[in-house]
Amino acid sequence: MSHVAAAAHGHHPEPGFWRKYVFSVDHKVIGTQYMFLGLVMALLGGASVYVIRWQLAWPESQIPLTGWIPEPAMYEGHLDPAFYNQLVTMHGTIMVFFVAMPILLGGLGNFLLPLMIGADDMALPRLNMMSFWTIFTAAMVLVASFFVPGGPASAGWTGYPPLSADAQYTGVEWGLNLWILALALEFGSFLMGGVNFLTTAINMRAPGLSFFRLPLMVWMQLTAAVLFMLSVGPLIAGAVMLLLDRTLGTSFFLPARGGDPLLWQHLFWFFGHPEVYVVLLPGVGAVLEVLPAFARKPIFGYRAIVYSTIVAGVLSFIVWAHHMFIAGIDPRLATPFSITTILISVPFAVLLFAMIATLWGGSITFATPMLFAIGFLVTFLVGGVTGIFNGSAALDIFIHDTYFVVGHFHYTLFPTVFFGGFAGIYYWYPKIFGRMLHEGLGKLHFWLTFVTFNLVFLPMFRLGMGGHMRRIYNPLNYEFLRPLEPVNQFVTVAAIALLVSQVPFALNFLGALVWGRRAPANPWNATTLEWATASPPPHGNFATVPTVHHGPYEYSRPDTAADFVPQHVPLPAPPAAEAVGAAGI
Amino acid sequence: MDHWFPESISTYGADVDGIFHLIYWIVGFWFVLTLGVLLYCVVRFRRRAGVPASHIRGERWRELAWIVVPAAIVLLLDLGIDAAGARVWDHVKTDLPPGDVHLAVTGKQFEWLITYPGPDAKLGTADDFTLNSQLHVPAGKDVRITLRAEDVLHSFFLPHVRLKQDAIPGRTIDMWFNATRPGTWELACAELCGFGHHTMRGTFVVHAPEEWEQWIRSRAPSA
Repeated sequence: MSHVAAAAHGHHPEPGFWRKYVFSVDHKVIGTQYMFLGLVMALLGGASVYVIRWQLAWPESQIPLTGWIPEPAMYEGHLDPAFYNQLVTMHGTIMVFFVAMPILLGGLGNFLLPLMIGADDMALPRLNMMSFWTIFTAAMVLVASFFVPGGPASAGWTGYPPLSADAQYTGVEWGLNLWILALALEFGSFLMGGVNFLTTAINMRAPGLSFFRLPLMVWMQLTAAVLFMLSVGPLIAGAVMLLLDRTLGTSFFLPARGGDPLLWQHLFWFFGHPEVYVVLLPGVGAVLEVLPAFARKPIFGYRAIVYSTIVAGVLSFIVWAHHMFIAGIDPRLATPFSITTILISVPFAVLLFAMIATLWGGSITFATPMLFAIGFLVTFLVGGVTGIFNGSAALDIFIHDTYFVVGHFHYTLFPTVFFGGFAGIYYWYPKIFGRMLHEGLGKLHFWLTFVTFNLVFLPMFRLGMGGHMRRIYNPLNYEFLRPLEPVNQFVTVAAIALLVSQVPFALNFLGALVWGRRAPANPWNATTLEWATASPPPHGNFATVPTVHHGPYEYSRPDTAADFVPQHVPLPAPPAAEAVGAAGI
Repeated sequence: MDHWFPESISTYGADVDGIFHLIYWIVGFWFVLTLGVLLYCVVRFRRRAGVPASHIRGERWRELAWIVVPAAIVLLLDLGIDAAGARVWDHVKTDLPPGDVHLAVTGKQFEWLITYPGPDAKLGTADDFTLNSQLHVPAGKDVRITLRAEDVLHSFFLPHVRLKQDAIPGRTIDMWFNATRPGTWELACAELCGFGHHTMRGTFVVHAPEEWEQWIRSRAPSA
């Protein structure tokens, strides 16, 4: 199929500017568009953090640099409590749905998948383009919600009814309707993407590229696509129900007329838990590609990693009520869900141990992608172990809805999106843009981010242990929280430092587009197929379809002089003596 | 690290904190071990001229055992944590005692309406009275509370008791605790309930048991 497509490609006229850079069906352009969308939305998600954290640290103060925000959101520098809830809501929504997923799945996934399998594009290029413009529209709808009367959604990124189901409870009318619409569009976009990823990977692999020779990033993207597609249906249903409750007077979630608020929570979290693995896996995938390249060793336990990932994916569908232990579900359900939840730590332990074992016996160099990959391992380890605390229903009685949870999920999401995502961005930037990033700025970015990230989120476990609730506009209202206020202030200063630490990255990313050294095809001497073509790849990706001869991580083989054998290069034949010996067994 | 928790004043507070400590020591061991191995690798296996990496694939059992056996140990410890946790969970949430004192609490934007049974010690009679955001209980007695919400989700949180329970409009949910000594603490809302969520604070007063009935009589509406 790809041979025919490649032949057809040679026969269309050169597209104009709009078709080439804006309305392109080329997966490389679309992937880049997704990445830019995610990075720009990260500015908005990050800006909200500044106001939220300042408010938490100095609740009765005027917040600097906010003079441009109109009333009623801010009044003479003072933050309105409703706007605080709106910022908290939008921070979560933007980061999960408009930063993490676009960068990791839409960006890296789209760009890499066809290249890694030796294909000239996705199976469905026009669907691919539509998926981007759908999420772009979704992002515009979400941003627009800041400007409608009543402002944006304010019921948390989790949007629990009845608070979210009737405008009388929040004072937000259009903002929440647009929030629901934006999410629905985003879900549609990733459904389209998921269909495309799976169709492409199943049908368009180069000759010789069996499933167990795929780069692990591809396995991760495919698993994420399957998890997303299987889990999102219930939430789409829930979102429609919520919108109907809000606009047409239905009462799916409103008890006054027979509805049940808990139904939303089940629908949300049935999706929500697999969703966090949808976000996690591509970030892990990036780390799994970077580690072998910079340790010059195969990834340890390729099959163990694939099987563990599938097991984790399956388990992810039966843990959701650990978000609801004290929500009012039958208490007898808590122990079964605690058991399934704690079981999920086992495949992730295998995954993490395998990644560390990849370093054992390596020949490690510390280019920026590798620093971020190792940073992922350190920080995700914290995220993983703190999951054990949250997964125990008995302890969750106390730590639910406290900063202990906030610390835990930032130690899982941030490592995957930022440490994993940046590992991927620094690693594949040369391939995507044909330029090398500045290594010194990259290392500076890493160290600043790593240090400030830990200073922000590690103290949150202390806050949670002290009982500090989430989504609290003014902790000083509570006597028992007053002694924790210095911790809040420390976290805020660190958070501002974390935000500022991204400046070297922005300068590097944008500057290298113009002034970066031209990138060779394979700057890292890596083995996977994307490095077998030019940087950036030409339209159609490969001059001729490569043939794959072996697995993706043939580094430091004792029988080759070079310390790597690319996938499209055959391995040396085994020596004659060995063949005879094998036949004699 | 115990002083990082709010002081514990309930009969089951130490049990909940005990689960924290159990998990802390188990994961702490694994965290230190795993981080130690990671840091060792990062230092010991830095590239050295002329020393190639070892071509270890992790596909043979004698290599995989290094990660599978630790994972199996993790699994066993996990199940132990669940067994310990299940006992505490059942004690707090599943096996509710009948209760010596019954109260009704209703969360609403943005206050707690707390109904006391009055001198006849029975809820639902004419001598009941309701206070706004003031929770009073006697020490040393099982207090059983029926929790409701009037409008949106709220969450009844007594940090010093280690009790938290979401309140759902349209449902009644029972909970219990036994406060061990007199004093004044706080009640908080732990579920985002609107722009006044942060104001849903209550005072939580535990009375010496001999003073309880006197307090009830002093607050009850006159006959």
